[in-house]
Amino acid sequence: MSLNSSPFIKPSASTNRLMFNVLLALVPGTLAYLWFFGVGILVNILFSVIFALLLESLVLVLRKRPLKPYLGDYSAVVTAWLFALCIPMHSPWWLIATGIFFAMIAGKHLYGGLGFNPFNPAMVGYVVVLISFPKEMTTWFLPTQISGDSLNLMQAFSYSLGLLDTSQWDALTSATPLDQYKTGLGLNLTISEIRQSPVFGDFAGVGWEWIANWWFIGGLYMLFTKTIRWHIPVSMILGLLIPAFLFYVINPDSVASPGFHLFSGGLMLGAFFIATDPVSSSTTTQGRLIYGFMIGVLIYIIRYWGGYPDGVAFAVLLANMAVPLIDYYTQPRTFGVNPPDDHG
Amino acid sequence: MSISSTEITQNGLWKNNVALVQLLGLCPLLAVTSTTINGIGLGIATLVTLFLSNILVSLIRDVVRQEVRLPVFVLIIASIVTIIELVMKAWFYELYLVLGIFIPLIVTNCSIIGRAEGFASKNTVAASALDGFMMGLGFLIVLTILGLIREIFGFGTIFANAELMFGEGARDFQITLNADYEGFLLAILPPGAFFGLALLIVGKNLIEDRILSTTKAVTTEPITT
Repeated sequence: MSLNSSPFIKPSASTNRLMFNVLLALVPGTLAYLWFFGVGILVNILFSVIFALLLESLVLVLRKRPLKPYLGDYSAVVTAWLFALCIPMHSPWWLIATGIFFAMIAGKHLYGGLGFNPFNPAMVGYVVVLISFPKEMTTWFLPTQISGDSLNLMQAFSYSLGLLDTSQWDALTSATPLDQYKTGLGLNLTISEIRQSPVFGDFAGVGWEWIANWWFIGGLYMLFTKTIRWHIPVSMILGLLIPAFLFYVINPDSVASPGFHLFSGGLMLGAFFIATDPVSSSTTTQGRLIYGFMIGVLIYIIRYWGGYPDGVAFAVLLANMAVPLIDYYTQPRTFGVNPPDDHG
Repeated sequence: MSISSTEITQNGLWKNNVALVQLLGLCPLLAVTSTTINGIGLGIATLVTLFLSNILVSLIRDVVRQEVRLPVFVLIIASIVTIIELVMKAWFYELYLVLGIFIPLIVTNCSIIGRAEGFASKNTVAASALDGFMMGLGFLIVLTILGLIREIFGFGTIFANAELMFGEGARDFQITLNADYEGFLLAILPPGAFFGLALLIVGKNLIEDRILSTTKAVTTEPITT
């Protein structure tokens, strides 16, 4: 028997390993995206990753840091990949460049780089383009099984670079299911009337609901490899489902069902991949539950009362702001110090 | 205490710039600089207010008792701003509509009462007048540059709506940099103002560091050789 000194449990997680697991978990959902919506998503991801790596190298050179360890830890790739999944397919290259610029520079490096950013960089970039380019950010292409047509890889590239005449493809675009709900409810239509639109499937949008399923499976993989913990996704989903269920029970005619909320927009992607960002989320067990629940409730509030159809990005950024406070009040008691009795 | 006029000028325009160093009057600065013309309009209104209020405060500085000086200063500034507001209503009505609430709000611009209390109430009329003018000019320049940056990024134009200020003849002043530019809304919205101002402050500090390092190099040279 050999004796070793502590620590006995070797940490298996490095930034490198963690981010690689996230990337791996993103693959099934991305493949589903590819299946339902066409190759545009690949162009999005490619452009985002290239811009992110270029900007990251630029900043590292400016800050006189070594390139290899920082570029090789996949964190820039994860940020870029998540950003690419949030924006509409076939986005113009300058939109991607702007978003990635704000994500990498304003969201990450101005605060001191990875580990120091109070906000989720991908969401910073996404919110900047969402606010700045409303026209581009509401042009979503229909799933191919509805439109029956999609761009091939070459066309998708030229589309993003602005070399393709966009007018002939306008017929393929439509509002997202969440957007249609918002508009329909604004016109005093009932839920069943809104759901006449062909973009709706069993729960949520055609295509969208299946992609959400695959995000969920990717999330399970991350849970099993201990890349993330269950607290944030579970409390975030509950935070959305509880108000969604209450409102649905009171008024099922003019409120979207909890199932729709669960499988729509960025909820699944947000719950497993975005809110769980180890840097910008809460670090205590209790804090994680509060943080996730807060995001869920905020998403419901923004979807129901807000001006935007989906609110995952805004909710995550708002909760990021609350993280220092949450962490401050949920510090676990140090063992042997300040027993509860003394605490009052 | 006397202070030379070059020093006053330097302070107003660079060393002690209202917007970049004192960080005063940020509310109108951030709110109205969405275009160059708006920035210039508010800048001129603030400049005139500062100039006049400094002169008046300096004139009465020996008459007003210490205990009531602040209310008196506020009354003077408020009267001047009211006059400016009426003048703008009469001759620049469209610009007045654009700037709206921020014209009467000049009263609450901290830089004006700050100069009245900090400078005009302790210095001669001539020095106070120069100080008011230079401080106002420094503020005007920052407003103009910030407006320029935000307009270029936000709309892709320069001097849009110049007719609001310079009359119908100025309609052609507008320079469109790129007709296809679709605009970058963030630059027009409040975050753009914060980003723009932060970049301007960064720029000023950079220039100052450069100047400091070059002068230092010059002074240390004799020692090393």
